Amino acid sequence: MEGRFPNRTLPYVLIFPSIAIVAIFLILPSLQALYLSFFEVSPFGNRRIFVGLGNFREILTSEAYRSSLRLSLVFAVAVVVLSMSVSLGMAVLANKPLRGIGFYRTFLLWPYALSPAVAGIVWALLFEPSSGLMTYLLRLTTGLSPNWMMNANYALLVIILAAAWKMLGFNIVFFLAGLQNIPDEMVEAAQMDGASRRQTFWRVIFPILSPMTFFLFIMNSLYAFFEVFGLIDVMTQGGPGGGTEVLIYKLYQDGFISIRWGYASAQSIVLFILVSALTLLQFRYAGRRVFYA
Amino acid sequence: MTHRVSRSRSLGQHALLLGCVSITCFPVLYALLISTFDFQQVFIYPPRLIPGMSLLENVGLAWSKVNLGRLLTNSLAISISVALGKTLLSILAAFAFTYFRDFPGKNLLFVVILITHMLPLPVRIVSTFQLMDTLNWVNTYYALTIPFFASATGTLLFRQFFLTVPASLSDAARIDGAGPMRFLTRILLPLSYNNLVALFMVEFVYMWNEYLWPLIVTTSNEMRVAQIGIKMLVATDAQAEWNVIMAGVILVMLPPLVILLLTQNHFMRSVTFGQEK
Repeated sequence: MEGRFPNRTLPYVLIFPSIAIVAIFLILPSLQALYLSFFEVSPFGNRRIFVGLGNFREILTSEAYRSSLRLSLVFAVAVVVLSMSVSLGMAVLANKPLRGIGFYRTFLLWPYALSPAVAGIVWALLFEPSSGLMTYLLRLTTGLSPNWMMNANYALLVIILAAAWKMLGFNIVFFLAGLQNIPDEMVEAAQMDGASRRQTFWRVIFPILSPMTFFLFIMNSLYAFFEVFGLIDVMTQGGPGGGTEVLIYKLYQDGFISIRWGYASAQSIVLFILVSALTLLQFRYAGRRVFYA
Repeated sequence: MTHRVSRSRSLGQHALLLGCVSITCFPVLYALLISTFDFQQVFIYPPRLIPGMSLLENVGLAWSKVNLGRLLTNSLAISISVALGKTLLSILAAFAFTYFRDFPGKNLLFVVILITHMLPLPVRIVSTFQLMDTLNWVNTYYALTIPFFASATGTLLFRQFFLTVPASLSDAARIDGAGPMRFLTRILLPLSYNNLVALFMVEFVYMWNEYLWPLIVTTSNEMRVAQIGIKMLVATDAQAEWNVIMAGVILVMLPPLVILLLTQNHFMRSVTFGQEK
């Protein structure tokens, strides 16, 4: 076979470290999570009572869980739509050949390096109820001075803004890469045929970009469901009154604060179903064209 | 005439781009501004927009309040280890999957590595924590690094890249009597430079910004990481000292930012490459 080495055992040796890590730290705990989800575990972990599907029944019937699920969906949809549409617009602007474009691109992508926790604390400062700049501007323009630490809807809005803002850098990098791969001739041909700029964008550029858009949709959804923990922990801790307690925060609360390991494991199985659906979609439709998790 | 039109259009585009850049930059610039204030200046009404003189003092306060030096060192140590570990393991695996005659179980092993995509930490967090407990790894660097070492992303990225390298290169190496490992280190790795740097950066940033796992798996202040330091800064006083908090936050965000800025060209090239079929 062309270009290949004939060694028989070496490939196994090379793959072994990766497989060992995956087996011990990913697959084994996942199976253990499935097992635990059928038990009620005492807080010190020394007694396990088999409860069958009891934990799952609690998930399905508990009003607290359902409201956390609803909240997560609203949050995720808002973050994904807001962040992706704004960054697509920014990427289109940054794709123009202009003097100093490298400078703009650098400053557009740099939030990529910030953590959700950093984004959270910075936005908490901007909206600080007594001295924050946004609070001040809001009061100046509308006369309102809501306190997001007391008002659940307002708190949700602020964490959506912070979470969407944090993803701008990531999304712009990938949209920009997608835009740069579109051959100039295609755009020029459309314009020669009399297409307006709007038509060129929606009829030519946007469809070519769709695999990238789909990939980003998946990555943004995973982010909005799972990676926002730090952001919420520094901003609202799920409050006020559970108003920002998204699924991952609830899992942490039930598992590591209330030490209900069986119930928390059942919740993680629900999350697994969610992730599997999203990643299968990704492999099926975005395929192998784009990477970076 | 046309020249003037295109010129005014490009001015408009500069204005729009400046608007975009201000959205991505303003919140952090505001944080930087606050970190230069003394405690009174934070609460001036209307908000003050001229920098103060207290930056160094605030940095010192944040540093000593939560032992930030230790937290930053921990974050640096685990982020470098994980980025190196992931890059190394995924290169070796990708090499095995692309440069050897088909071996039994190849597809199965490949799928097993891909599975990491479906098992992010949140879906197995309780039992992974229990495993750390069983291994006596709670509150150690082992728990903060080793479970992260496998990377489906990296393996896919390198495999994809290796597939585009002409087969004649490895044929030539074989004819010259070079073994596979020599071919990997002397020829393949130098060719993979962009991807190597890009993956290292992505994984470094990822690990530096990890929050939930370090929160759960560390129990003493000596083992905490920089991200948790943010929460610790907020929690130290009843009345939040925003100037001190922001001084700490600036230090926490700096290392991944520096690495991103140093490697962004490799990163952009690698992303553009990665999406070709």
